[in-house]
Order: sequence, then C-alpha cells, then structure tokens
Amino acid sequence: MADIKGHVTPFESLSGAAVVATNVQRSFNGRDVLRNVNLTIERDQFVALLGRSGTGKSTLLRILGGLDADYEGEVLVPERRAVVFQEARLIPWLKVLSNVVLGLSPRLEGRAALRERGLDALREVELERHAKDWPLTLSGGEAQRVALARALVREPQLMLLDEPFGALDALTRIKMQSLLQRLCALHRPAVLLVTHDVDEAILLADRVTVLVDGQISLDVEVDIPRPRSRGDAKFIELRDRLLRELGVEERTAAPPSTLVSLAPRSRRGDEVSR
Amino acid sequence: MSVVKLEAPDLEEGVAPLSPIILTSPIPHRRRRVRVRVPRTVRRIVGPLIVLILWQVVCSAGVFTSFEVASPIAVFDAGRELAVQGVLLPNLLISLRRVLEGLGLGVGIGVTLAVLSGLFRAGEDLLDPVVQAARAVPILGLVPLAIIWFGVGEMPKIFLIALGSTFAIYINTFAGIRSVDQKLVEAGETFGLSRWGLVRRVILPGALPNFLVGLRLALVGSWLIVIVAEEINAQSGIGYLIMQAQTTDRTDIMMMGLAIYAILGLLADALVRLLERRLLSWRRGFVGA
Ligand SMILES: Nc1ncnc2c1ncn2[C@@H]1O[C@H](COP(=O)(O)OP(=O)(O)OP(=O)(O)O)[C@@H](O)[C@H]1O
Ligand SMILES: [Mg+2]
Repeated sequence: MADIKGHVTPFESLSGAAVVATNVQRSFNGRDVLRNVNLTIERDQFVALLGRSGTGKSTLLRILGGLDADYEGEVLVPERRAVVFQEARLIPWLKVLSNVVLGLSPRLEGRAALRERGLDALREVELERHAKDWPLTLSGGEAQRVALARALVREPQLMLLDEPFGALDALTRIKMQSLLQRLCALHRPAVLLVTHDVDEAILLADRVTVLVDGQISLDVEVDIPRPRSRGDAKFIELRDRLLRELGVEERTAAPPSTLVSLAPRSRRGDEVSR
Repeated sequence: MSVVKLEAPDLEEGVAPLSPIILTSPIPHRRRRVRVRVPRTVRRIVGPLIVLILWQVVCSAGVFTSFEVASPIAVFDAGRELAVQGVLLPNLLISLRRVLEGLGLGVGIGVTLAVLSGLFRAGEDLLDPVVQAARAVPILGLVPLAIIWFGVGEMPKIFLIALGSTFAIYINTFAGIRSVDQKLVEAGETFGLSRWGLVRRVILPGALPNFLVGLRLALVGSWLIVIVAEEINAQSGIGYLIMQAQTTDRTDIMMMGLAIYAILGLLADALVRLLERRLLSWRRGFVGA
C-alpha cells in the first residue's frame, strides 16, 4: 500500500483495508470543499458515495486516485488503482484494444500476451469485435464499456468510478449496472462508486456513504439479500433514509420501478431540493 | 417534396389552441439523390483543367501578345524544348532538393522548439517570445544578410527556406500541443503512462492535425522562398531559369517555370492530403457536403 504522497507501506500491513483516508481536507481558493473526511474501504468491499452536486465527491475520488496531491490529512490506497470517469476518456487516435492496454508494459509478459489480456477484457464487456475500431465510432454505452474493460484489465485492487453511467440512457444503465456487478463479483476489487442515483447505490453497494458539508454524514451497510429488488420493503426504507439525508423529500410515494436520480443529467444541482 | 398538413384537434376549454403543423422529410430530396461516383483525384483535376482551357482560349483569341502572356501550349512546348536540351530536369531536381533540405531542417527545428515550449512552461517563457519576434522579421529581407553569412553556395538558400518553414511549423504544432484535451492526459496518467509515454502516445498524436496544417503552410512558403532565392542569387534551379528567360525575353519559359511551381505545389498538397488521410483516419470530423 502506498501513501499517494510517496510513503510506501506493504499492502498486507493494513488489516485487510484497501482504502484508509483520515481527516482529509481539501480547499479550493480558501473555500473548504472536503472538511474532514474519514473513510475506510475493505479490500473486496463495494462502497457507494452519494452526495448532492458540488459537495466534493469527485474531489475525494481524485485524491484517492492520485490525481490531486494538494490535500491535507492522510490517505492510503493500493498501488494498483483504476479510474472510470463519467466520460469514457478513450484516446481517439488509439484503436479500442490499444486503449484497453494503455500504459501496461509489454516488457513483463510480451506483446502477444498483453494483447490477449486486452482481448479477454474486451470479451468480458462483450466488445471483442470492436477491438480494431476507432473509439469515435463507438456508441456512448460501448465507449463506457471499453473504459470499464480498460480499468479491469489492470486487475485493480481499487476501482474508482465517478458517475460512470451518468451519461447513459436508463436501459443501458441497467445493463451496465448488472455488468459491473458481475465483473466485481468476479475480480473482487475494492470499489468506490460515486453516483447521483440512490437506487443504483442501493442495488450495487455493500455500503452506502453520504457526503454532506465536506464530511461523511452517513455510512450504512446495505443488508438486503442479492439480487436486490427495488420493491423490497428494506430497499424502500433505505432509499427514504438516504434521500432524507440528502435533503430530498419525495412528494408522492414513487412506484417501485421509478429511478430516483438526485440531479438531472445536465447536472444542474440547484434543482435537487425543489 | 411531400408536405402533410395536420389539423389541430378539438380544443379543450382553457388550453391554448394548437397551430397546424407542417411535416416534411428531414433532408430535402435533392441532397439524398444518388451521386455519380467520380474518383476524388479526377474531381480535383477538373478545376485546374478549366483554368488551363480558358487560358488557352484567351491566348488563341489574341487578347495578349505572346510576349505578354504565353499560351499553355507554348508553355508546354518551352518545357519540352528545355527538357530535350537536358536543362529542365537537373534544374528542377536542384530546386526540389533545396526545398526538401530546407524544409527538413525547418520542420526539425520547428517541431523541436514547439515541443520544448509546448511541454514546459519554462520552455515557453524562454522560447516563445524569441520565436514570435523572429517571426516578425520579413524573411526576404534577410537575403542580403544570408549571403554575407553563408556566401553564395547552397547554404543561404537552405537557410532561408528552413527559416521560412520553421515558423509555420512551430506556431501550429505549439497550438496543437496546447489544445490536447487535459482530460485525456489525465486518463493517460492514471493508467500508468510514463511522462515520455504521455508525450508519445497522447500529446504528440493529439497535436498532429495542427502539425499537418503547419506543414502545408510551410510547403507553400518554401517554394515561395526558393524561387526568390534562386532569382536573386543562383546559377541553377527553376528560379535561375526564369531569370535567364527574362534576359532573353522568353515569356514562355518564364511561365513554364511558374507552371512547374504550380504543379509541384499541387503535388505537395496532394502528398499532405494523403498523409492526413492515413494519419488522421481516427477522426470523424466534417468532410464537406
Ligand atoms: N480544480 C478546481 N478548482 C476550483 N474549484 C474546484 C476545483 N475542483 C472542484 N472545485 C469545486 O469543488 C466543489 C466540489 O466539486 P466536485 O467536482 O468534487 O463536486 P461533485 O460532488 O463531484 O459534484 P457533481 O456531483 O456535480 O459531480 C465544487 O464547488 C467545485 O466548484
Ligand atoms: Mg463529480
């Protein structure tokens, strides 16, 4: 395990935890965004992070991913990390397969083996036949699946997902959710999933956390047996609790199948509380 | 074009009336018509060909004397005459070589400078003002100086061409490097690309479209400079042939020299187009209707 700022401690030294963040603070231009974040994620745990728009979810995720070094506090994360962003962020001038194995060194295993590994990862997201295509020819959902393959091929000990399905349509999103669930069950990385979608958080996560005012204000285990259904009484109860924590009151009892999203796609956060 | 008019349904009380709605097909029919497939190269030759024919017609009609303007046929004959004498090809090759050497040097220097100031803030602060200032100096004003510095051989010509092409390459490549999406760079970083890997696989390919624009401009610029350099001070090259022709009042040879430049310019442009097609095939940009 490595402190992002450079101090290295062995991965095993931390009783099975994959993320230990203590008293993390981050401010932009004197404005505190993260005030005091404490978060521990066990090594094969799936944690969802909810929060209203602009509360600092991405900021926290970027710190954990090693993309932002200007924080206070202590952060320990594994060395093998992978990030999936809201946009797929594929390199347009590299073919799909090259994007998947981007940054992996062929020196260790040889070019052919690396290629096989990339193809395997593409097969897992059912995009093997697009291996030789340019990224710009993919649909939004396909591109996001490639991004998922690109993260998985590294066999990460920690997967950081920043609203990975935020830009997808509801149908594709449901497919992607079960794909993610299946792949995580298979590879068992620690996962931090940032999302606006309360239902998505409850469906997928072992634990749901809520970020309010720069702190984790709620941290609950989801003890609903899988596969989870939105109609489950416990599901509805937890959803209400999370929505209340987020400051959203549902006006009418929503039918079980409704996807409750905290922010519209356009990410105009002000509409959240209506 | 089929136009359907739907009548508004009966109105409910207190609801704004619906205005009638006109439906048409999304693309006007004329644009969907099946095109006759003419190869691209053929289509690109048609324009210049028309110009040639008009030029010939004007000359044949006797609008100008043959001293003022030579007709395309006369220009072609002049070219053949020089070719038979064994004058055309060596001079052409010499001009071509000057351009290639100068351009090669200019591209090398331009790209190096652009990479240094594109990748490093310190490089930009140090180099960019210098290059911008140097760019403002008219290159042709440097001809006398170049002769003082490099004498009368090949060097001053190559120097001038290199200088002329460097700036177009520098400015465009620099802009290209700076326009690479920061998000892609960040993605490359998180996926473990080294600094050099980032430069090689993300930043430089991202700057390639702009570099090619620079290369086109540099190509045009090089031919411009080589002709001037050869007319002022040379014993060989197409520019030299043109100067010679002027002293003997051979308008046809002068125009033949210019025609050769035009043809070479067209070929160079085709070459860059080919490069673009090969190197930028990942793009799905607008390619024109
Ligand atoms: N680089 C930056 N410079 C200045 N302010 C920033 C920067 N990055 C984030 N912020 C600010 O920090 C706050 C939190 O941003 P962040 O992107 O983490 O929000 P978020 O919770 O991910 O929101 P969303 O759900 O809309 O993605 C915002 O107010 C934002 O303006
Ligand atoms: Mg965010």
